[in-house]
Amino acid sequence: MLTKRIIPCLDIKNGRTVKGVNFVDLRDAGDPVELAKQYADHGADELVFLDISATLEGRATVLDMVLHVAEQVNIPFTVGGGISSVEHVDALLQCGADKVSINSSAVKRPELVNELADKFGSQCVVVAIDAKKIEGEWFVHLAGGTIPTDIKLFEWAKEVEERGAGEILFTSMNHDGTKNGFANEALAKLSKELNIPIIASGGAGNVQHFIDTFVDGKSDAALAASVFHFGEIPIPDLKKELKQNNIEVRL
Amino acid sequence: MKLVIINYGAGNIKSIQFAFKRLGVDAVLSNTPEEIVAADKIIFPGVGEASSAMKMLRESGLDELIPKLKQPVLGICLGMQLLCKSTEEGNTKGLGIFQTDVKRFSNDVKVPQMGWNVIKDLKSDLFKDIKENEYMYLVHSYYAEHCNETIAKTDYGINYASALQHKNFYGTQFHPEKSGTAGARILENFLNL
Repeated sequence: MLTKRIIPCLDIKNGRTVKGVNFVDLRDAGDPVELAKQYADHGADELVFLDISATLEGRATVLDMVLHVAEQVNIPFTVGGGISSVEHVDALLQCGADKVSINSSAVKRPELVNELADKFGSQCVVVAIDAKKIEGEWFVHLAGGTIPTDIKLFEWAKEVEERGAGEILFTSMNHDGTKNGFANEALAKLSKELNIPIIASGGAGNVQHFIDTFVDGKSDAALAASVFHFGEIPIPDLKKELKQNNIEVRL
Repeated sequence: MKLVIINYGAGNIKSIQFAFKRLGVDAVLSNTPEEIVAADKIIFPGVGEASSAMKMLRESGLDELIPKLKQPVLGICLGMQLLCKSTEEGNTKGLGIFQTDVKRFSNDVKVPQMGWNVIKDLKSDLFKDIKENEYMYLVHSYYAEHCNETIAKTDYGINYASALQHKNFYGTQFHPEKSGTAGARILENFLNL
């Protein structure tokens, strides 16, 4: 049976991981390669690197980082952040990234999804959607959730699926950072209305939240950052508990 | 050991090259017939769309060269699918090594299948020391139907061939280069064939 996936997310700035990381046995917690290896050894199923560099130099450094991750890590990884062209994606894939994640640039120019799917295949195109529930309706937000739009979440998700997205990474702005659990109602609706995998993001605080998002939210994968970085939830323990709750995971 | 990865413009070959480098083998990327024929072992990769990948093979004449190869050849993912008789993706005729056809998953399951699934009923030296129900990483929308050449099976809505072998030709639907230490062991087994 296809397993549910556990995906740590690393924020990258100028080729280094940012946000505090609290791991034992790490020589350099800022080194994305070393962190990635550690996560792979602990049983992470995939990794996501989110590039938050604002400069072109930062971008070039990320290409170099991708190359080093691909060289040393034997599980798949996705790179996202500021990707808006076929050329940029080509460069990232050439360096060994397995998938790319696009967000605001897809909203600004939806044809980008078609172009990437046609050239590289749907399997490497992840569309990330940040949305916020406002008066009972979910609206897509841009630029890390700071800019609201009048685009409705479910319509947009359906559109990117039709345009060739291979996967949706859904972050609920209402849940992100709260550690109160994932947006399972919206996730279950996405899973029901779409026929591509859905990654849950935003709100992970304890093991039960992961169980809930796989059972109630019908999520195919769950992404989290701080609970993994600070060792609050060690991945081997998380997976063991998921397994005990009859959720299929890779052990 | 001279290992060549056939480079015909399809997909993420860097990961395969790095996976062999971790095993201490430098793989050469090549689309030159002389270099490919002279290799001890050959990897036939592929990520992307079948009909355009097949077009690239025809344009370079590799469609005629590959079936004549005598040394061990490992097709990975789309590479394996292109070694079959045909694929529904773009109604493409394959190289016809494996006597089976490639079909699209039904919409009863999410397509693409993306993630880790188990391989079982393992039958080949390729899987030496690999335990039954080992997890492998898969990303695909099309699958190979079972035939006499099936050497591994996987369930996703239906039971299909996740690896095939005909004489010196091997194919895996999963990505051993992305499947952790068990995947690395399969690549090592291939080198030892």
